[in-house]
Amino acid sequence: MAATTVPEKSSRRHAGRPVGQPDGTQHRSGLSRKVRSNIQAYGFLIGAIVCFGFFSWYPMVREFIMSFQRTKRGVTTWVGFDNLKQVYHDPYFWTAWRNTLQFTVYALIIGFIVPFFVAILLNELRHAQAYLRILVYLPVMLPPVAGVLLFKYFYNPEYGLFNHILKTLHLPTSQWLDSSHTAMISVVIAATWMSMGSATLIYLAALQNIPGELYEAADLDGAGLFSKIWHVTIPQTRMVLSLMLLLQIVATMQEFTNVYLLTGGNGPENSTTTVVYMVYQYAFRYNNFGSAAALGLFLLLVLAGFSGLYSRLSRNSD
Amino acid sequence: MSRIGYRRLVAVALVAGIGLASAACSSDDKKDDPGTKSSSSSSSAGTPLDPKTKVSITVDCEPPTTKKAERQQWIDDVAEFNKTYPNVTINSKDAFPCEDPAKFTAQLQGSSQADTFYTYMTDLQQVLDAGQAEDISAYVNDKTVPNLKDIDPNVLNVLKDGGKLYGLPTSNYEMGLIYNRKIFADAGLDPNKPPTTWDEVRQDAKVIQDKLGSKGIHGFIENAGGNQGGWHFTSELYGLGGTMVDDSGKKATFNDDNAKTLLTTLHDMRWTDNSMPATPGKEWGDVQKAMGTGQVGMYVGAPDDIPLVVQQYKADYKNLGMAPIPGGKTSLFGGNDYMFKKGSSPDQIKAGIAWINFKFLTPGKGQFNYTRNKTDGLPVGLPEPFFFTGASKDKDNQLKAASATIPVDNFKTYVDTQVPVKPEPPNAQKIYTVLDTVMSGVLTNKGADIDKLLSTAESQVNSLLAASQ
Repeated sequence: MAATTVPEKSSRRHAGRPVGQPDGTQHRSGLSRKVRSNIQAYGFLIGAIVCFGFFSWYPMVREFIMSFQRTKRGVTTWVGFDNLKQVYHDPYFWTAWRNTLQFTVYALIIGFIVPFFVAILLNELRHAQAYLRILVYLPVMLPPVAGVLLFKYFYNPEYGLFNHILKTLHLPTSQWLDSSHTAMISVVIAATWMSMGSATLIYLAALQNIPGELYEAADLDGAGLFSKIWHVTIPQTRMVLSLMLLLQIVATMQEFTNVYLLTGGNGPENSTTTVVYMVYQYAFRYNNFGSAAALGLFLLLVLAGFSGLYSRLSRNSD
Repeated sequence: MSRIGYRRLVAVALVAGIGLASAACSSDDKKDDPGTKSSSSSSSAGTPLDPKTKVSITVDCEPPTTKKAERQQWIDDVAEFNKTYPNVTINSKDAFPCEDPAKFTAQLQGSSQADTFYTYMTDLQQVLDAGQAEDISAYVNDKTVPNLKDIDPNVLNVLKDGGKLYGLPTSNYEMGLIYNRKIFADAGLDPNKPPTTWDEVRQDAKVIQDKLGSKGIHGFIENAGGNQGGWHFTSELYGLGGTMVDDSGKKATFNDDNAKTLLTTLHDMRWTDNSMPATPGKEWGDVQKAMGTGQVGMYVGAPDDIPLVVQQYKADYKNLGMAPIPGGKTSLFGGNDYMFKKGSSPDQIKAGIAWINFKFLTPGKGQFNYTRNKTDGLPVGLPEPFFFTGASKDKDNQLKAASATIPVDNFKTYVDTQVPVKPEPPNAQKIYTVLDTVMSGVLTNKGADIDKLLSTAESQVNSLLAASQ
């Protein structure tokens, strides 16, 4: 690989023709040598590129094109920004964004913090850590639909487990999924329970990489539990935390499965209509793939904004 | 990887991207050319299929293997059909339910539906928009479908657009009130006198709740999600004589006194009488399950729910009854049909029509072979399909009565009361989505402001209708 490095750098400086290579023959033979030497790597790459191209990039290109098209009577026409305008003026456009942001915020408060503290707790345990790790991870192994059905039963206002517990404790019961006030938080609780195992294990791995000397030094300085978490644990796991934060924002803003299965999508008085559920409705209920693609484009732009922000923040912090 | 390599990779990806985009556009170009594969201009379109014709068609909605009797009947019917048309190959595609709306939409986009494909009657505009329906007007006449003159013109009209026919019906229904006769009797109500107005529905639901609520039985259940809430609201408003949109289809008309009365009644049943469960139906199947498992006394539905609640939830036919839609002014009607894939050859269309005629449109044959249904333990006597008129209707009723296996008297008031039928509004699914919010507001919020819910829904539907023009 070292032999190829010099001409590459030269080629950058001299706009395409490497120093010492006055004609294309030598250049081509250099290239061919390079291809030959990397042939195995290219071979391994082909499968991934074909898969990504066919299942990710092509649909993305297609989605972008479709967001400017409309099909009526089998005839597809270019409609400029009409689809974008239509979804923007949809009566539920802002409702869906508000709900999506609400889900994301709740999911961050509950789904981001809880697994982190569970990981800290597991890390501090000296006994039965392996068993508890399995227990925490078990819900992830449960098929999502089975988990959702379980929570549907737990949340039933008449015979569900949660209201039964509340009644036993002489506390007021809740309508859970059947009230616009509690539907979204109920979905977040179920979603967090089903997915927190993976996040917990990732945090746990990061925690176990923190050198014990740092805590000892903190002890000598007289730091308490929260002081140690704030000044040692969080800074030492900052990279993992920020990566998980971004992944969680991207994942939660695409929430569909849990709201679709738990509340039927819209929920009481549209309290759980998310942007992705609205995309689904446009495509598969209204047969309007142009507007579905346009709404998807809005979401893509927002998520790209978050990713850009993350990239900028992580560069600055480096 | 070297930087030059990155540039080359990006260039390759770019070229590939452009290529893919071109491919995407070119596939559209093909789609943009409607009718190139159309075969409806065949000069002999109006003649029945020649029995010697060799042709192969795919047909969906074959009953699944879990429905053993229906599956075997389908197989037997194909064999019987092949005695007349030995060279027609019917490739059956099983599915249950016959149409999953999301899957169906995807199939239309990919043009991967069967040659002769099952649809709901309300799907016509969707299929036309996807450019996937063949005009069969030239193929359908009294030679190819001998009982055509006896098919209710209102039913056929639902399958027409711009005067062109795109499908043939296989079943139809009108909405009514399904009720549990045993629960009525247990609550001290007369099972032979089901409620006919919303006041009576509320009254009977309260009696059931008061008498049987301690056993977990509720008087009434209603839908509030999955577009089922909007669909039920529409049905119930039709029953009171209301309308959803004006004649132009551009303006919502449902925000009226009828709607307010209806929603107030439902709200009071849920929150004052507590005669409805705390969890309303959220998707198709929820209310049917509640009825099938004996948890509710009544709900608004169609007669094709009855075999479902019996077969899936083991309810007993003798305990189920049906009454006309409360109010009885008009009743929403719907049903199922088969359409023909765009681009099918004339022989494929003729073969599809011949099969549908044999299986679904001939008294005494196929689905109307009541003697066989009785032998196979399938219900005979349900008040559907009812699209026949004239001589075909008389013959069908006669055959049905001779083989009835379910207590037909349980459906007598539903059958005898001639409620004028009314189709679903244009852009029905979009309207139903908005009205789900109204229904869920009433059924999940004790302090629901009905006037506000209706006026918000009205302006939202008006916006949607304006955008759909």
